[in-house]
Amino acid sequence: MTDNNFILEVKNLCVFYGGIQAVKDISFGIKKGEIITLIGATGAGKSTTLRAISGLLKPREGEILLEGRSLKNIPPYEVVKKGISHAPEGRKIFANLTVRENLELGAYLRRDKPAIGQDMERVFGLFPRLKERIKQNAGTLSGGEQQMLAIGRALMSAPKLLLLDEPSLGLAPLLVKAIFEVIKEINAKGVSIILVEQNAYQALKIAARGYVLETGKITMTVTAEDLVTNEELRKAYLGG
Amino acid sequence: MKRLAAFIGFFLLFLLANRFLPEIIDPYYLHLFTLSCINVILAVSLNLINGTTGQFSLGHAGFMAVGGYTSASLTFYLGPKIIATLDFLPAILAKNFVFLFALLGGGLSAAFLGLLVGIPSLRLRGDYLAIVTLGMGEIVRVLILNVEAIGGARGFSDIPAYTNLFWIISLTALTIAAVASLTASSHGRAFLSVREDEIAAEAMGVNTTYYKVIAFVIGAFFAGMAGCLFGHYLQLLHPNSFTFLKSFEIIIMIIVGGLGSIFGAVVAAVILTLLPEALRYLGPVKDWRMVIYSLALIILMITRPQGLFGNWTPDFRRWWPFRKPQPVA
Repeated sequence: MTDNNFILEVKNLCVFYGGIQAVKDISFGIKKGEIITLIGATGAGKSTTLRAISGLLKPREGEILLEGRSLKNIPPYEVVKKGISHAPEGRKIFANLTVRENLELGAYLRRDKPAIGQDMERVFGLFPRLKERIKQNAGTLSGGEQQMLAIGRALMSAPKLLLLDEPSLGLAPLLVKAIFEVIKEINAKGVSIILVEQNAYQALKIAARGYVLETGKITMTVTAEDLVTNEELRKAYLGG
Repeated sequence: MKRLAAFIGFFLLFLLANRFLPEIIDPYYLHLFTLSCINVILAVSLNLINGTTGQFSLGHAGFMAVGGYTSASLTFYLGPKIIATLDFLPAILAKNFVFLFALLGGGLSAAFLGLLVGIPSLRLRGDYLAIVTLGMGEIVRVLILNVEAIGGARGFSDIPAYTNLFWIISLTALTIAAVASLTASSHGRAFLSVREDEIAAEAMGVNTTYYKVIAFVIGAFFAGMAGCLFGHYLQLLHPNSFTFLKSFEIIIMIIVGGLGSIFGAVVAAVILTLLPEALRYLGPVKDWRMVIYSLALIILMITRPQGLFGNWTPDFRRWWPFRKPQPVA
């Protein structure tokens, strides 16, 4: 895995919460322009892996390399500067701030005002609903709109790599489809994406490959074709 | 240039106010005005910590005490020497120079304490932080009680009467302007994001540690200057003025005004300073004035839990004559 095409490599990552090991020695990589997905049940360590990548958690062992350079001991606000943007689980929007203020905070580290304006227009292009609600407090948005805002906000830092944690959680099926369409669109513009999902079927449909996590370990690397050909896999992880 | 012109304009205006207001206005009202202004400085500065950044501090009286006692020590012990060496200046300039020095000394010493208290705030939040800051305030008070050089339990008396209307008005205006422009900047958004959700704030690239500490440092700096004004106005500082009740008084002001609203903090600080005084004129029920005061607070909290102005701060810059034209969204 020393290919220079990797935008991010995770090598032998171990993360603990106190004495409990949540991620056990996992390794994977994502190439420039790819979407990969981490799938698995609750508690498998998917979100923990994302948090370790964005610096919100400190790994005990292992290495995370962004374009070949280690992210060891780099605080989260520096990680954002280096081009990794994290849309955390449970949306975590700023409920008492307006939609516009939320998006502006997404671009908090940037000083290039005209480009920020363009990026905001780009987000509104992806999510026209947000533009209608620009002056509204984010807490008054519907669940789907809040998710759109969380993704839009993560895009405002103009990332090279976007970490999306369960973007489909709690959304109506129709909205889930729409969100996945947008994720594909974002990717088509050159942003690499690591997608954490419980909705494995949808996620694998847009991802180059998926890593199946089970109690902190990667047990399988799968592609969308495997869903069709591998009966056992479908039964075990993807709900028939 | 315009900024400088405005600055000089305000400077002259405040000097004029200092010269002529005492001749026109009753001393009792000037006294109330002075106390209101000191409370405005305290409320606006605490609002930055508690309201905007969401770090619940119960130690504002402690910051005020440190600023007050430090500055009083400076003017009492060092002041005469400085004035003696500045004998080439007119007496009034030398005196005010010493006071400026004391104000900065008081502010900086409180800010340093703010830095020390800000550090535990990195790990603690909510109730736990409140207890730490409460403890800090009490430690400061007990330390003062036991230092004879600054009066101990008798209080620090014979502080020179350097506080005048010019300093009161200037510092109140400075505090409001500084905190308001800070809140309106992109730093202001960062403070708000820490209050709203720390994890999301970090994920946006906000250095939450830095902003929590800086909120304490700036808030404490202005509280320290308020303590300096307070001491050099009453000419006496007593540890009993800085119990946790004083901290609560300031917290009540910002809650009544609406957490996060600078405008609300100003209005509530003035109202809550004047209300107990106004209730003195109630005639037959005046013995009940503190009960009525408390009842008014309870009724307000039931009917408007978000405070008088909620999160709302009017955009005063709209009326500011020198602002740059804003692009229409």
